[in-house]
Parts: sequence; structure tokens; C-alpha cells
Amino acid sequence: MGPTMAANPAFNQFAGTSEYIASPALIDAVNLAIALERPLLIKGEPGTGKTLLARNVARALGNEMESWHIKSTSKAQEGLYVYDTVQRLNDARFGDGDVADVRHYIKYGPLGRVFQADERRVLLIDEVDKADLEFPNDILRELDEMRFTVYETGEEVAARHRPVVIITSNNEKELPDPFLRRCVFHFIKFPAVAQMKRIVAVHHPHLESALLDQVLIKFYWLREQSELRKKPSTSELVDWIAALLRAGVTREQVEAHIPFIGSLLKNEQDTEMLEQFSERGGNPPSKWADLGPRYNQ
Amino acid sequence: MFLNLFFGLREQGVPVGMQEWMTLMTALSRGLHGSELDRFYNIAKACLVKSEAYFDAFDRVFAHIFKGVELDLDIEEELLNWLADPKQFPELSDEQKAMLERLDADELMRRFLETMSEQDERHDGGGRWVGTGGRSPYGHGGYHPTGIRVGGPGRRRMAMKVWEEREFRDYSTDSTLDVRQIKSALRRLRQLTRQGPSTEFDLDATIDETCRNAGEIDLVFRPERRNNVRLLLLMDVGGTMDPYYEPVSRLLTALHEDRGLRDFKAYYFHNCIYELVGTTANLYRAEALPTGDLFRRYDERWKVAIVGDAAMHPAELLSERGNINPRRETSTRGVDWLRRIDEHFERVVWINPDPEAEWDNSQTCQVIRTIFPMFRLSVTGIANAVGALVAAKR
Repeated sequence: MGPTMAANPAFNQFAGTSEYIASPALIDAVNLAIALERPLLIKGEPGTGKTLLARNVARALGNEMESWHIKSTSKAQEGLYVYDTVQRLNDARFGDGDVADVRHYIKYGPLGRVFQADERRVLLIDEVDKADLEFPNDILRELDEMRFTVYETGEEVAARHRPVVIITSNNEKELPDPFLRRCVFHFIKFPAVAQMKRIVAVHHPHLESALLDQVLIKFYWLREQSELRKKPSTSELVDWIAALLRAGVTREQVEAHIPFIGSLLKNEQDTEMLEQFSERGGNPPSKWADLGPRYNQ
Repeated sequence: MFLNLFFGLREQGVPVGMQEWMTLMTALSRGLHGSELDRFYNIAKACLVKSEAYFDAFDRVFAHIFKGVELDLDIEEELLNWLADPKQFPELSDEQKAMLERLDADELMRRFLETMSEQDERHDGGGRWVGTGGRSPYGHGGYHPTGIRVGGPGRRRMAMKVWEEREFRDYSTDSTLDVRQIKSALRRLRQLTRQGPSTEFDLDATIDETCRNAGEIDLVFRPERRNNVRLLLLMDVGGTMDPYYEPVSRLLTALHEDRGLRDFKAYYFHNCIYELVGTTANLYRAEALPTGDLFRRYDERWKVAIVGDAAMHPAELLSERGNINPRRETSTRGVDWLRRIDEHFERVVWINPDPEAEWDNSQTCQVIRTIFPMFRLSVTGIANAVGALVAAKR
């Protein structure tokens, strides 16, 4: 069920990159968002590559990327522009710069810069749910009409090239309905074993396949433990394998226990939980069959 | 076939609107699906469903409608017809056409009601509600000697029925209590003051100071405006409150997520407040706090919201040793504790999940209403309660 040739060849603008393995559904969602010129809203577990997606869409399209990382204090206005009053006052005092022209003191934010760019750009609005409740509504109009007005100068900034907008959310807050209605939505599922192998191969191309199997068995087994407060994610798996390779850990060692557990479990209680498990004489499985029917290869 | 998908999704409770539907139509009219069922599925899902919570429902509806369909050619012809003139869509009966034209809330409500009434007949609802109640840490037997309990399970079933009916009504009039709406209602719970470090640039004061300095620029900063509201929540748990588990937990979620409040504390009680309040919803004695300590810990500027149905046996409120739990006898009447709370704090409101019409049916509720202003646990009710909490002094 790979990505297929559409009747409309312009549709297939994105097909993943050599460094980013995307599922067919994600590829379709990205292409749909590009074709419809709608923002693409990406949700999913932490560590499933939501932020990485924007960078790779930009690479695949050959466009530059602009990021807007949202914090709890972020305001919609900051994405458009900021009027730097203090700088202007300082310049007035010391006679620097062209104080008479207010335009010198308009500092454009990510949206403002993307709108003014000479060619199409990819705009990443990262972790939109971190901001205030009303934040998504405040950028709705700008994303819809792709224009805004700088009040200080009365000038209108309109997008020369409609950017590809990718928005990520970690589900910390519910997003408003009008915002959702305008977006194309995709939820990145946690990768299944086969896809995970392809992802690992991108990062560690020379990994021995028997060792990889052992590593993945331990990894998916850990993820199945419902007691865990924080499940290990893809990025942690990649780091863990890097640590194993650097230490020269063999397949037998991984089979017997889980070395460098600290790179997988980031929570004290989780590590304790695992210690208690081994103290009780428990042993993590070393065969896919032991993980249950979902993992039968 | 396409409209079946639309109505099928709506019937399954997936919130698909006209805007989403037209987005999908635009995508299909441009041939983006490329005559492939897989891709059509991906595109329809990305356009129509905006939360992973509805993925399962989408998959079920999609499978039901498109099972065994060779999408290859038909889809495009059918679609082109539809786009050329939606009213001529071959599968649409006159009735369906009319329905499409006035796809309004009433109609959806009726469908929803029908679905729910079917469930009632099969008694699914009852089982579910009992299940919901079971989530509460409170069982019936151990804690409630039958002689004292008003109504018992019977009362609960009645409340349950009312609750279900009301759920539909809320759709049209007072709207459902989702977390986001509660948060919006809570937004007014603020009194902005300037306290703390001076981090915000004060343009007006800077200009004034600069003038005073004969043109030498003097930058002035001031503290940011911050919300000064501290909220104390006292919450009735267990027993007759069980049917309200969902709306009450949504209120709690909204309050916990609200970072705008300066401070927020929650305590729990059962039926009425006596000399101990629980710090957790379990009401374990070891974790309880003397109610008198509340008065020492929290000064009169704290806003107090009490959430409860205010319905109990009159003795629980008005007689000494009224506590429903016989192991926690008390010599001070519940109503006296409530009056002390009213005297200590400047602003107290009572939020009641029961509908207004039922308030007068309970004697204790009438008494409590003479002490505190009472509001319903609904979006407008919460907004009004918030208004009363931040209003000028009485």
C-alpha cells in the first residue's frame, strides 16, 4: 500500500525524504494540505517526529523553513511583527539610526517574514497548544487570508507566495473548533515494527539485524508496560542504539538484560519499576513470539 | 454514497460540518484522490476528522459504506454529477434533499434523541450510569445506614433520568459543558493588579519622565498586570453527586488547566461540610483538614465556590450530630459551618448540578440558598457565578 501515482501529478509534491520515513497516510495528508493551501495540523505521541516533518517537507520541496516555537507566553502579534519602541527611543537619544522612519523599528516575526519572502517557504508553528487558550483563534485570520496590517505604518503585508503551514500539537489543550475546521488533520501513529526498522536504518545503516531484533523486542516490550509513566519514544530508541553501538554491546548482552536503561526511561519511578521487576525474578522477553500476537513476525 | 459517509459520520457522533465536507469535495474535484480507495480514505480522513478520538468511528463508517466497492471509475462520475448539480445526486430522495437543505440543530437533536431512547429501552443507559457511579470512591452500603438515606438508589435513578434528558436540552439552549467552554466562562474570573518585578515597558510614563528630564530619555518599567484571584473550591463527592461525575470532573480539569488564577485549592466533603474537609476525593480521615484551618490558611480575599447538589436529609444540615457518617459525629450543625464560611469569606457561591426546577423540591437546598447565591453547573451558570465572585463588595 505504497504512495501511488495520482491522476493529478502535481499532487505528489512530498514523498518523504531519505532521512524521514513517512507513512503513506502522512504523505497523502501533507500533499493534500499543499494542494488545498490549508494548514496541516499534526498530532501524535511525543518523539514521533512531528517537528522533524516540517524540516523534511521543506527539504523535499526545496523551500526554506521558518519556525515559530510557541511558549505559554507567546502572543499572536509576535508572529506578525513587534514595534521596538525602546530601540527607537534609544536611537533618538543618541542620534543613531533613522528615527524619523518608523519602519526601521518594525521587527517582523515568523509569519511576517514568511509572507514577505521572495519564494514559497514552509512555516512550522510548533506546539501550538502551549499558548494561551485564544491563541489559535488570534492567528486564524492571518492564516486564512495570508495578510495583515502594520498599524504603526498603515502598510499591509500580504503573502507573495502562500506558505506551506505545518502546525504541531501535543494535545495539552483542546483547540478551538473554527481553527480545526480550517486545518487538514493527521495523527502520527506510533510506528509499527516494520516501519521502525526502516526508521532505525536511516540513522544506523550498518546495524546487525539480529541485534536490531533484540533491541526492538526490548523496546516494544517496555512500551507495552502500562505501569510506565513515560513510554520511550522513537528518538530515545535511536539514541539508545547509538549508545549500544558506541559501547560495543553484543546481541547476547541485550538478550540477557537491558543495558543503558537511562537512555530509554527518563523517570525515576519507571526505572524503579523495572528494577523491582528483575528483583522479583522477571525477565524481559527475547523472542517476538513472547510479546504477544500483535508482534508475530 | 458520499452523502452516506457524511450522514454516517454524523450519526456516529463525529462532528463533521459543511466546511469540512466542502474541503473534501474541493480535494476530490481536483482529482487528488487519484482514483484509489486507499488514498481516498486518507484524504477523507484528513479532511473530515479533526481528532484521533473519532478515528475509530470514521473507520467503522468508512468500512461499512465502501466495503467491497471498486472505487476506480464510479467515484469520479458520481462525484462529477454531484458537483455539477448537487440536487440531482441520483441516490438522494426528495426527503433527503430537503434534509440537506435544512440540516439544523433541531434535526440532529431529534436523531440523537431517537438513538438515545432506543438505548433506554434496552436499559443500556442504566448500566452505564451505574458504571459511572462506580468510578467514584464511594459505595453505597458501608457508608450509608439505610434509615438516614433519602431515597437511596431510587433517587439516583431519577437524577440519572433527568440528567440524560437535560443533556439533549443543553445542546440547543445552554450548550454542553466541554472543558473549553468552561474555561472560557472562567476567563472572567480575574482581577488584574500590577505586582511583582517591573518587566513591562511603560510608554506613557517614559514620555512623562523624559519631558521632565528636558529630553534626556528616561525609560520607565512597571510590573505586568497579573490576575490576583485566588480560588478555593469545596466539592461534594459521592452519593447523589455520582451522576454528575462527568460535568464535575470537566470543571475540575478546566480549573486545574487554568494557569491564569493566582492560586487554586480544592477540598472535598460529603453532602455537607462539618469540622473536617478532605484533601483528596477519597475523604480519608488521615488526609483530612479541620475546617477551622481553612479559615486560618485562607484569608477573606479568597473566592470560594462550593459545588454540590445541596440535597440531603434535613437532619444532615439542621441537627446536631447530623453527619451521615455515624463514625464522624459532630456537635456543630452543618448549617452553622456553612454560615461560618459565609462570614469568613467575602465572596462565596454555590454551584449546583441539579436543574433549577428541582432546587425547590429539597428543603435543605432552600435553606442553603438563603445563605449562598446558587448557580447551576452549566456554561451560563458558571459565567454568572464567576460574575458574582468578582463583583464589587456587597
